[in-house]
Amino acid sequence: MSDPAAAVVVQGLVKRFGTFTAVDHVSFDARRGEVLGFLGPNGAGKSTIIRILCGLLHPTSGDVFVGGLDVTRQPEAVRAQIGYMSQRFSLYNDLTAVENLRFFGGLYGVTAAEFGPRLRWAIEMSGLAGRETALVATLAGGWKQRLALGCAVLHQPSILFLDEPTSGVDPISRRQFWDLIHRMAATGVTVFVSTHYMDEAEYCNRLALVDRGRLVALGTPTELKRTAMTGGLLLVECEPLGEALVALEQAPGVLEVAIFGDAFHVTVLAVEAALRELPRYLGARGLRCGRITPIPLSLEDVFVQKVERDAAAGATPS
Amino acid sequence: MVELSAAITVDGLTKQFADVIAVDGLRFSVAAGEIFCLVGPDGAGKTTTMRMLAGVMAPDAGSATVAGYDVVRDPEGVKNHISYMPQRFGLYEELTVGENIRFYADLFGIARREREARAAQLLAAAGMARFHDRLAGQLSGGMKQKLGLSCALIHTPRVLLLDEPTTGVDPVSRRDFWRILYRLATEGVTVLASTAYLDEAERCHRLALLHQGRLLLCDAPARLKASMPGAVVAVTAPTPAAVRDEIQGMPGVSSILVVGDGVHLVVDDAERLLPAIRGRLRAAAIPFSEVVRVAPTIEDLFVASVGGQGGGAP
Repeated sequence: MSDPAAAVVVQGLVKRFGTFTAVDHVSFDARRGEVLGFLGPNGAGKSTIIRILCGLLHPTSGDVFVGGLDVTRQPEAVRAQIGYMSQRFSLYNDLTAVENLRFFGGLYGVTAAEFGPRLRWAIEMSGLAGRETALVATLAGGWKQRLALGCAVLHQPSILFLDEPTSGVDPISRRQFWDLIHRMAATGVTVFVSTHYMDEAEYCNRLALVDRGRLVALGTPTELKRTAMTGGLLLVECEPLGEALVALEQAPGVLEVAIFGDAFHVTVLAVEAALRELPRYLGARGLRCGRITPIPLSLEDVFVQKVERDAAAGATPS
Repeated sequence: MVELSAAITVDGLTKQFADVIAVDGLRFSVAAGEIFCLVGPDGAGKTTTMRMLAGVMAPDAGSATVAGYDVVRDPEGVKNHISYMPQRFGLYEELTVGENIRFYADLFGIARREREARAAQLLAAAGMARFHDRLAGQLSGGMKQKLGLSCALIHTPRVLLLDEPTTGVDPVSRRDFWRILYRLATEGVTVLASTAYLDEAERCHRLALLHQGRLLLCDAPARLKASMPGAVVAVTAPTPAAVRDEIQGMPGVSSILVVGDGVHLVVDDAERLLPAIRGRLRAAAIPFSEVVRVAPTIEDLFVASVGGQGGGAP
């Protein structure tokens, strides 16, 4: 194995279902204590990779080690190291917080002797002190979500999988939750996050962008914004909106146009050239231009460009 | 009649379930051809508001008009002139794309000769013409939402109510979906859409930020951001937790948040605090690549206006 600090090593992973290749030669490492995000369209292969990492699916070929264990040979031992929390966490509404923790502890094989200290740890970690005997049905979203996390980590897994963990949660609870995740990672837990939402992706140390079974980009959020994109992004104010959209989509050097309120976000090949050319181009078509100014790229811009480029490459006949 | 330019007016709208006030004195209006977002976390009152505006749930207090019809006195009038796409839109998975559209065309009494032309036009606009004969059950999440939207548009409504139309939809399909909404808006259709994703709300003309049934803020995203007190600062650094621990407690610094490759925080005076933060990190030998002012997000606004109260409380 390559890096001794690596909690997860994936080498040349392939998974086929019949003639369909769901995962196509994927390789990456995740360090102990790292928060690694998986982004990708529906059906891109994210959940297949995660199921293989959990020891729930056998790879067709390639090597996958989790905590030094081979998932193909020791799937049971791998599963004992893993915690999983999905967006639609399955808490029991008519049980209390502690009863839920006890139930999931039993499910994950936490012994009676271990349970007491683990329970106190989970209650403290999730900030549920004082609400131990509250029925789950009476807890607000943010509390439920931290309780679900407590249930998922009661057996002290070294790897934690989160599936859109803060979707629909209010921003303050969401910030508390991510703070908790970063503190947990600081103790050495490796956290995988699967999401469609770029504001969740911003909380990850590194991001893996998966499309059509392949890893198309891997890096920190800042690296992806700086290096994974071709060109730059401009804010363009131009009216009337409908005609301006059509004109911008056909303008030379323009890669992508998205509407934001009364303005456009335009991805261009070369920022300087576009700043010079676009006012003239739009003016010549009788369109009224306001501000045209460079703005920082978002992860969503990176995602959309990578996936569309990948789709275009796939569409060319082989 | 209401003023001509307003497609939706909401005045003191209130709805209570048992001991929970789901919607509490909501007041806003939406102009014709505007894309307006109801934004807020689960439980903010978005779906309840949508249902009352769609004429399928009666308010306890307050009034609203949609497309000129009063939702309390004339809910049937509302239903006939708008389209409402709930979170779980009733697509028939065992029918094809074309058959689903035909079904909704019949439901809305569209004449047979108009039907095919309208269906073809809607599918082309959604980029789905080549999926006409595919079973709806075999479409991706984003495609299903676009088909739902096409069905909802079959009777050419003037007002479109969309309840969390992009939940679970990937960013590429989400952009397509918004493109369709903008085309509709330029044709004069008024769109009221809800979302739990605060970043998505940046796409609309105006938004109402909801929290626990109440209206926190209501304006254009750019104006709301410009109104935020203080400045948002991003520190990019390899050890974010060390940065947090060092600058926590600095006067004028609040809302410190560890992200994947740095720290976000709010300062009351960027001019003074940007150099102060750099100096402090250098003195403590904590590595960083930059400390810069960034544009606030809708989430920053939400946190600033809700403050410490209420977020995690039961």
